[in-house]
Amino acid sequence: MKRHLISAADLTRDDAVLILDTAEEMARIADRPIKKLPTLRGRTICNLFFEDSTRTRISFEAAEKRLSADVINFAAKGSSVSKGESLKDTAQTLEAMGVDAVVIRHGASGAPYRLATSGWIDAPVINAGDGTHQHPTQALLDAFTMRRRLVGKDALGQDLEGKRITIVGDVLHSRVARSNVDLLHTLGAEVTLVAPPTLVPVGVETWPCEISYGLDEVLPKSDAVMMLRVQRERMNAAFFPTEREYSRRYGLDGERMAKMPEHAIVMHPGPMVRGMEITAEVADSDRCTVVEQVANGVSIRMAVLYLLLGGSEPAVTTSTTPRTEETK
Amino acid sequence: MSKILIRGAKILGGEPQDVLIDGETIAAVGTGLPADGAQVIEAAGQVLLPGLVDLHTHLREPGREDSETVLTGTRAAATGGYTAVFAMANTFPVADTAGVVEQVYRLGREHGYCDVQPIGAVTVGLEGKQLAELGAMHESAAQVKVFSDDGKCVDDAVIMRRALEYVKAFGGVVAQHAQEPRLTEGAQMNEGIVSAELGLGGWPAVAEESIIARDVLLAEHVGSRVHICHLSTAGSVEIVRWAKSRGIDVTAEVTPHHLLLTDEMVRSYNPVYKVNPPLRTERDVMALREALADGTIDIVATDHAPHPHEDKDCEWAAAAMGMVGLETALSVVQQTMVETGLLDWAGVADRMSSAPARIGSLDHHGRPVSAGEPANLTLVDTSYRGVVDPAHFASRSRNTPYEGRELPGRVTHTFLRGRATVVDGKLA
Repeated sequence: MKRHLISAADLTRDDAVLILDTAEEMARIADRPIKKLPTLRGRTICNLFFEDSTRTRISFEAAEKRLSADVINFAAKGSSVSKGESLKDTAQTLEAMGVDAVVIRHGASGAPYRLATSGWIDAPVINAGDGTHQHPTQALLDAFTMRRRLVGKDALGQDLEGKRITIVGDVLHSRVARSNVDLLHTLGAEVTLVAPPTLVPVGVETWPCEISYGLDEVLPKSDAVMMLRVQRERMNAAFFPTEREYSRRYGLDGERMAKMPEHAIVMHPGPMVRGMEITAEVADSDRCTVVEQVANGVSIRMAVLYLLLGGSEPAVTTSTTPRTEETK
Repeated sequence: MSKILIRGAKILGGEPQDVLIDGETIAAVGTGLPADGAQVIEAAGQVLLPGLVDLHTHLREPGREDSETVLTGTRAAATGGYTAVFAMANTFPVADTAGVVEQVYRLGREHGYCDVQPIGAVTVGLEGKQLAELGAMHESAAQVKVFSDDGKCVDDAVIMRRALEYVKAFGGVVAQHAQEPRLTEGAQMNEGIVSAELGLGGWPAVAEESIIARDVLLAEHVGSRVHICHLSTAGSVEIVRWAKSRGIDVTAEVTPHHLLLTDEMVRSYNPVYKVNPPLRTERDVMALREALADGTIDIVATDHAPHPHEDKDCEWAAAAMGMVGLETALSVVQQTMVETGLLDWAGVADRMSSAPARIGSLDHHGRPVSAGEPANLTLVDTSYRGVVDPAHFASRSRNTPYEGRELPGRVTHTFLRGRATVVDGKLA
């Protein structure tokens, strides 16, 4: 694996499967009475959040703490950033305090890449979501959830070959969609994006996926349907006429869900806008994996942190021994 | 003033000849001219051009002297072989009054490295609402003939129409920054395959093309002349070509960076490639080169846009748009146009000196290299190959996209009215 995790597109199939396998081991920790590993003891990780995010930040924090790392949370609001400090100065300040890794969420696409490649700091950088670019750990936790549900819990070493994944909603503004298209393609899945034409980026034709403007025809051929959040304010910029029209054409309700194959699952990266892209009936059904995705997010982030930072000793002292040197 | 004999230079790339400068004027052109007490510059193998003229420079003074001043900008211009630059109006305060344009004009004259011809704003404060006092700027000591809200588009069709009409009274021209504002809200780079992947807000080609189409039709309707700044797309080329074939009085410029770089560079997220209009695709680059060669695009203009380091040493979205260009323009044109066989040196002299002087109504620049003409000259060692090192720039700013890139050609001497402003590649 590379030294940083910036984009899902940077991961090879073997990298991705290694992370998923490692996450399975990490998931087992959650079933123990003491949910903690000593792996990153004495290491300091900074969660550098320039954009409001509760769930991703807490998920990273939980993962870091379960690996015994020391955690510093930095939220840009109310900090020196709001007084005009640059990303470069903020990052260098944190590194001077001895931070071993930076988890960054930033509203500007490419900010984590800049941080990792501009020589501003030496620490590994993990992208926790940048603008409308990438959110690689989200894609990994989604893939993890799909593999568990569609392949099985004993799927170690396996990818998502041939699985048909449908991603529905605001693709244009979604880093989740971009990351998922990249990673799912790498893992052998067949991806279809469904959105009104206004919410698909110009230039999408080179992405390794299909595009459909209609949801109903795709549902029967889907093993998983991932609903993306659609912000209500998008309609003010004329991306669609009204909330109701969006919901009628692209929302997932019980009737539509019934068109999906029996084994198919419904996913959502959260936060859901109930009544917009998803009805309560679907959100609360057994086929919906939203809560699982959250739990899996912690395992995936533990795996990523372990592989990028730790790795000198086995993560979990049980059956499969994770790789050591080569995983750094 | 003393005499200078430039010996054996290839005028516009032709056969070697001698050029004798006496005072501010070219006294003689021929072979075997006697030195006769003149200072001799051995120029065998070098190409002699009329001093370059840039119709699109941002000198930043007044207001942003941290990025450039008239002094540092004109020193950069001289280093790049320019003897005249047109200074854009988007300063602080905006050059929308006779007072500001006269200040900029006088600073250029005082420093003496390069003539500075101020461009006046079309509208007050570049706001696009109310015409600035175009007549007053024209009648000032600066004698403004070119008007532009560059940096912003005159997007209101009525204001644009009135401006086009109004400047006819004194032979002025409006230079349009063609950017439909609504289509480019939040725009960060060319809209296409790369922007889709990078998740950066798209600046669609149609936002430029729709304004150019509107403005050539307006120019036709009111019988005015219009100039298009930094044309950047293949579609814009087609529109200008169509307009010219129809007899519409339109001229257009292209920047060196749009002749060389593409939006693929943005994959680095390095804001040194952030510029407005944005870097486009390979297809656009090729169309622009062809259009410059066949005359659809009239001139090369640098859009030299200095920015302080901190405005580029940051994340993409936070960075300023623009690149410095005066000191690399001729090299980029040599690489993209001359060495590709699209343009000979006479063509370069036209696109970078005579035509911009003509569009900007600058009488004493862009003249033929012949006896009796003003001695505004640029001598180029075209065989030179060197790596761009911004540490050596005369400009106060370093935001070049060519750092570390090998480019051909080097200006060895620049003469402004017979006085050497650059000698052996160094400022005199």
